[in-house]
Amino acid sequence: MSKAQPGMSIDRADIAFEVNGAAVSVCVPPLRRLSSVLRDELRLTGTKIGCDAGDCGACTVLVDGEPVCACLMPAASAAGAAVTTVEGLANGRLSALQASFLDHGAAQCGACTPGLLIAATALLDRKPCPTEAETQDALGGILCRCTGYRKIIAAVMDAGRFAREPSTDGAAPHPPAGTFSPYRDGEKGQAATLTTPSPRSLRGEGKGEGQHQLNQFDRDLDRRMPVSGSAVGASPIRLDGLPKVTGDEKFGADSFPADALAVLVVRSPHHHARFTFGDLDAWTKKHPGIVGVFTAADISGKNCFGVIGPFADQPALAESFARFRGEAVALVAGEREAILDLDLSDFPVEWAELPHVLQPCEAQVSGAELIHQHRAANLLTSGFVERGNPEAALAGAAVTVSGSIDTSYVEHAYIEPEAGYAYMDGDTLVVVACTQAPYMDRDDTAKVLGLAVDKVRIVPTATGGGFGSKLDVSLQPLIGLVAMKTGRPAALAYTRNESMISTTKRHPAEMKATIGADADGLVTGMVFTGDFNTGAYASWGPTVANRVPVHASGPYLTPNYRAEGRAIHTNGPISGAFRGFGVPQATIMQETLYDELAEKLSIDRLDFRLKNCLRNGSETVTGQRLESAVGIAECLEALRPHWSRALADASTFNATNAGIKRGVGVASCWYGCGNTSLPNPSTIKVGISAAGDVVLHQGAVDIGQGSNTVISQICADALGLPLEKFRLKSADTAITPDAGKTSASRQTFVTGKAAEKAGRALRDAILRFANVSEKALIALDGTSLAIRDGEATRRIDLSTLPADVDGFIFRAEETYDPPTLPLDAKGQGKPYAVYGYGAQVAELEVDLKLGTVKLIKITAAHDVGKAINPLLVEGQIEGGIAQGIGMALMEEYIPGRTENLHDYLIPTIGDVPPIETILVEVPDPEGPFGAKGLGEHVLIPTAPAILNAIRHAAGVLVTKVPATPTRIRAAIRDKEARR
Amino acid sequence: MIRYAKPTTVDEALALLSEGSWRILAGGTDFYPAQGSKPFRENVLDINGLAALRGIAETGTHWVIGARTTWTDLVRHPLPAAFDALKQVAREVGSVQIQNVASIAGNLCNASPAADGAPALLVLDAEVELRSAKTTRYLPLERFILGNRRTDLQPGEMVTAIRIPKSAAAGTSCFVKLGARRYLVISIAMVAARLVIEDGIVSDAAVAVGSCSAVAKRLSGVEAALRGLPVDHGLVAAIQSAPMDELSPIGDVRGSAEYRLDAAREIVARAVLGTVALDDKVAAA
Repeated sequence: MSKAQPGMSIDRADIAFEVNGAAVSVCVPPLRRLSSVLRDELRLTGTKIGCDAGDCGACTVLVDGEPVCACLMPAASAAGAAVTTVEGLANGRLSALQASFLDHGAAQCGACTPGLLIAATALLDRKPCPTEAETQDALGGILCRCTGYRKIIAAVMDAGRFAREPSTDGAAPHPPAGTFSPYRDGEKGQAATLTTPSPRSLRGEGKGEGQHQLNQFDRDLDRRMPVSGSAVGASPIRLDGLPKVTGDEKFGADSFPADALAVLVVRSPHHHARFTFGDLDAWTKKHPGIVGVFTAADISGKNCFGVIGPFADQPALAESFARFRGEAVALVAGEREAILDLDLSDFPVEWAELPHVLQPCEAQVSGAELIHQHRAANLLTSGFVERGNPEAALAGAAVTVSGSIDTSYVEHAYIEPEAGYAYMDGDTLVVVACTQAPYMDRDDTAKVLGLAVDKVRIVPTATGGGFGSKLDVSLQPLIGLVAMKTGRPAALAYTRNESMISTTKRHPAEMKATIGADADGLVTGMVFTGDFNTGAYASWGPTVANRVPVHASGPYLTPNYRAEGRAIHTNGPISGAFRGFGVPQATIMQETLYDELAEKLSIDRLDFRLKNCLRNGSETVTGQRLESAVGIAECLEALRPHWSRALADASTFNATNAGIKRGVGVASCWYGCGNTSLPNPSTIKVGISAAGDVVLHQGAVDIGQGSNTVISQICADALGLPLEKFRLKSADTAITPDAGKTSASRQTFVTGKAAEKAGRALRDAILRFANVSEKALIALDGTSLAIRDGEATRRIDLSTLPADVDGFIFRAEETYDPPTLPLDAKGQGKPYAVYGYGAQVAELEVDLKLGTVKLIKITAAHDVGKAINPLLVEGQIEGGIAQGIGMALMEEYIPGRTENLHDYLIPTIGDVPPIETILVEVPDPEGPFGAKGLGEHVLIPTAPAILNAIRHAAGVLVTKVPATPTRIRAAIRDKEARR
Repeated sequence: MIRYAKPTTVDEALALLSEGSWRILAGGTDFYPAQGSKPFRENVLDINGLAALRGIAETGTHWVIGARTTWTDLVRHPLPAAFDALKQVAREVGSVQIQNVASIAGNLCNASPAADGAPALLVLDAEVELRSAKTTRYLPLERFILGNRRTDLQPGEMVTAIRIPKSAAAGTSCFVKLGARRYLVISIAMVAARLVIEDGIVSDAAVAVGSCSAVAKRLSGVEAALRGLPVDHGLVAAIQSAPMDELSPIGDVRGSAEYRLDAAREIVARAVLGTVALDDKVAAA
């Protein structure tokens, strides 16, 4: 840096430092954040920005060997320093830590991965074999929302194993599911798993990187590539894993064109307000570098979007009044530096605050102002299921229990805030952004902007977590509008605050239920009502209202049943989809009552659940007869030894401890995979190229959960070619057919089934061409296909055959839509073709004086039908549990108050206990290779299991989640006062 | 015109401060979050060039912590056992990344009611060294932090050091933080305690609580109740009945006022027991 002179202005300065060993010099304002300098000036986008406040640690870099948050360091402080970013960790080949991350599946979406790798590198430099506690201390400042942290801890502690030269016989085989957590109880060695062990690891020769080309980095990496026909059930390193550990992965904000206009969004500071604009043109002229201001008046299409067509009600830019705090009202577009230096405090908008309602009870009082004029009583919609005669059943029950549970807004808190850019390609608008649902984005963006759907192209970037919120459009129509109006690329990355205030949340629920059982302990009836605060706009509120009544019984035989779920508008944040669509909330209600019932009946809580759980041949509360594949009993049985051990441990502990009490809780889940009684198709296109690759158009957007890998594995085995031959094309709407949205735990099942069908169809096409029998084996050898049928082998030279427009010599495209039936007026019908099941045991300690909870262990048994990739399944389970922990103990979004990641708390690496996974595989005849969905299932049992464990430990049920220290302590105090 | 300056000597910095209004940038861990995405519209005095202000020195009468000394610097510096509470704070503040750059003095200047450093420095009878181009003054910490986000820093002044009288660097100390998650958490309440034991009797006691009033407070009633007691579990009984009139917690997203009062008394007891190793389970959460 040029010697800083006292009194120098805030103008730019030359700042010289070292990055990853190379000298660099930048000319930037000295207070520019180092994170911005690295990303925007040096184009080192591996360093991620998750919060700009030191709350998430995604931007962690080393400065002179010490980890710091680059978002909190002025560029001036980097002068003369040596900075290391994730791009500098691999030196010709992956560092041991990077290899270990891939091996352990420690990166899911990958947005937090660079920060974790950097912080762990600093730890390992100091301490090559760290303990678990040392690892947690070193990584405590980096939030991860996908993995549940356990595989990260394992990868860091195990990194030393990857430091030596690679042996020629391959790395150790992938251990079977259930053996990953460092934690061991007394029963190790025989994980109670019903899964077949993963196939032995094979030395991969390094192809099959998916859409990312191979590079030098992975030459030593054992990718555990399965041989042909063994892909399903194997745990190859995720096909898209490499760029996630090198910093090469491009998320929404990582590939902005240099000439793109920057966009700022003007948002409502009020929950409900009328607004008018002043002289926008004059304001624009007054600010050099500002190119334009755009409002609803500039929107040429229908300024009304929404994920469910008939309920669409949300303007991309509000017109005249805003219905919630954070609603977008105007866009300011300008040159990047001008936008960075723009103070919006003089933006010409006048606000007139209007009365608002934030609670459903307020929204429903008679005479309450309607948030949408056509929705009486602020009721968006309701869902209803009724079977038998619940009143009579409860009246005749030997025991009944009743209760109420309230839950809070929960924020998705993916580490990557929404980001993307848009540009015009001729007359086509191209939007390059993170998403969970490219075709839905395309349709809503086209509608708002008045374009034909084929004039909008959505190019998904890597998506840094979604969990439901990135199903709805956010910035797509906004940047699209700027690109259309200005003819220039337009780029926008939401700030953390903007992401939190403007995008969807989990619905807060106010639920009541009564459940009755006979003297033998069989549940005879249940009634349930739930009011779900759906916020200002519809989003996925109707889905929640409909899904909840179908699932509120839990996976238990409930012959007499009535459940109603209502979605009620308020001026709160929009509630939408969040992993489970209301079912996690409803399950807290049902499972905590089950504990009370078991207690009243003096039946062991696990036995009570086994006595009542659905079995093959049972009818659900919607009257759907489940002929086969009902795996809940297997899950509960698999937990039994853990349950007994945990109860014994708790009893021993409690005998000698007074102030801290240990408790054990159990809860189950079931969840229908795919849309509820609605069409839900996925299409997969796959072909053989002239170059001898299998090219898979993989439209199931991978938001970290692993669909890039899982869909390929399914297709590989259906086709009969090795996974390493696969090249992936992304879910770009211009090139890849619609595989539906990544939600509702549908991708493995629905898109997987389409991939299976497409793989088989491609195989059939090849076999027909070769005129061989169905038993023939096929192989790719360079640019030729070798087909062996019995003793005869035939070679097809692909380069001599004509290729189609996609470059395919052979091709197939298949669609699958799960068979469902509509629900009638009483909610009777067949809403889902496939259900998945699971149950979890939580062990914890409650500090009775402080009301704090320390989790000891979670044991999770999930029936996934068939674990296509056991390592990824474990990753889903651990990540879902971490989100369940957050919902149970700490997550409560309060608009206007917790709009950042230090007031809104999600679990850190110190908050997720060891997790033991038990994979249960009861194959479903409908699913591909027997597979069922699991993404949402895995979160559902955690919170009720924790609440039940708290009740077991402290004798109190907390009826509002999160069960914060204040609420637990208040419940204990109330109980003490009653004595 | 907005000014930015990064002086290399304290005298230069003080001369600049005398010229007008400046916002001081040290570790940046409160500076940048407060700034958010707004453009800079204030003069910024970047003190990261002042090498003289970083480090810990010992004089005949004081331990002197330079204003730029980071939490990590503190952890790595050998200090008497009385500083153990402050070192525990240093390991709990934010995250490793925060501790590596955030200054201890900045924690005080930011004047958050939830500043973890305040109680641990209060029990060390810390004073703040304030310098301007004209004068140097020393202010007891109690008189430096005046309220939520308010200090007695005068125009033209900057904090140059935190000073601990050697008389207060005696005995053993302990810090207990109560938060709703394990890392990166703003305290619901926190307590620092320092006890001097002579012949099995508490000869001196200093106890301070944070996040339970606008400014962290010493608990004189508790301290008085502890002095003269033998070191055994009877200390807890004394704490249970001692007045804590200094505390006036508010309810917020982290905890209710009632909970805070209740929990504060409990963690005071745990911190006091922690100082005399009567309770090896001092972690609150």
